[in-house]
Amino acid sequence: MAENGHENGHGHGDNAEYYSLKAEAIQALLIEKGVCTLDDILTMADRIDSRSPEDGAKVLAHAWVDPEYKQRLLADAESALLELGYDLPETAPKLTVLENTDDVHNMAVCTLCSCYPRAILGRPPAWYKGLAYRSKVVVDPRGVLQEFGTELDAAVQVRVIDSSADFRYLILPKRPAGTEGMSEEDLAKLITQESMIGVAQALSPDSVTAS
Amino acid sequence: MAKYQRGDRVRIRVGVPPTHFRTPEYVQGKRGRVETLCGVFPNPESLAYGGDGLPAQPLYTIEFSQTELWANYKGPTTDTLLIDIYEHWLENI
Repeated sequence: MAENGHENGHGHGDNAEYYSLKAEAIQALLIEKGVCTLDDILTMADRIDSRSPEDGAKVLAHAWVDPEYKQRLLADAESALLELGYDLPETAPKLTVLENTDDVHNMAVCTLCSCYPRAILGRPPAWYKGLAYRSKVVVDPRGVLQEFGTELDAAVQVRVIDSSADFRYLILPKRPAGTEGMSEEDLAKLITQESMIGVAQALSPDSVTAS
Repeated sequence: MAKYQRGDRVRIRVGVPPTHFRTPEYVQGKRGRVETLCGVFPNPESLAYGGDGLPAQPLYTIEFSQTELWANYKGPTTDTLLIDIYEHWLENI
């Protein structure tokens, strides 16, 4: 990597001013060329900002308590989300939910850019878009899990999903032990953004009841 | 319409066109297995330049053994990587 932080001729590091100017220029061109209107852009930005990891957690907690809902969610995520009032925009990429179990642990990445299930989780965390995560997780996923403090038995299969095309992947974390009597609302608090990307497990119930 | 089905063994074509494409180089030339046929989608290599994306391309989730991708993979041999690849990047083995 060059000293000025320009790796592969791309990447302007933390140069926020550069990106801000570039975004403004692209926006002006899109409007001028009639590709879309300013209103379209603002509506889309509002739509993304209206979603957060709490929305994903709510859906996945419902899947934990209702096995039949879980089956529908895994088979056809978009219809299942609609049941809970989440109407994904037609322009949004397709969504698939992958379930983590005792035998399989899924982790999501986009090595090409920053594809992420924004339609349900909102904007991705900064590290998800960073070169470090994107390049390391496909080569050494277990090393990444360790960095996030996630312990996983060697007998559990790790499956990395690189969302490179028309689908976005939401991970359904494994329901932790000791959560049998918990309400759906409390269960949702255990489902973190990191666990829905697959770099972490859901939180243990102690972490919620203690607060 | 789709040429491959679940379980078929395929190899990812090698190629670095000077234009937009969505097949990362780390899977090129590697052998994997069709996990899912995701559907048929407009070709992003055409869409990226304002084209109509036609002919649309079947899109597959391909599963690779991590040891196929990386000779010195550190984890268990059962670990895998899945990635969505358009049909025109797939070759018969």
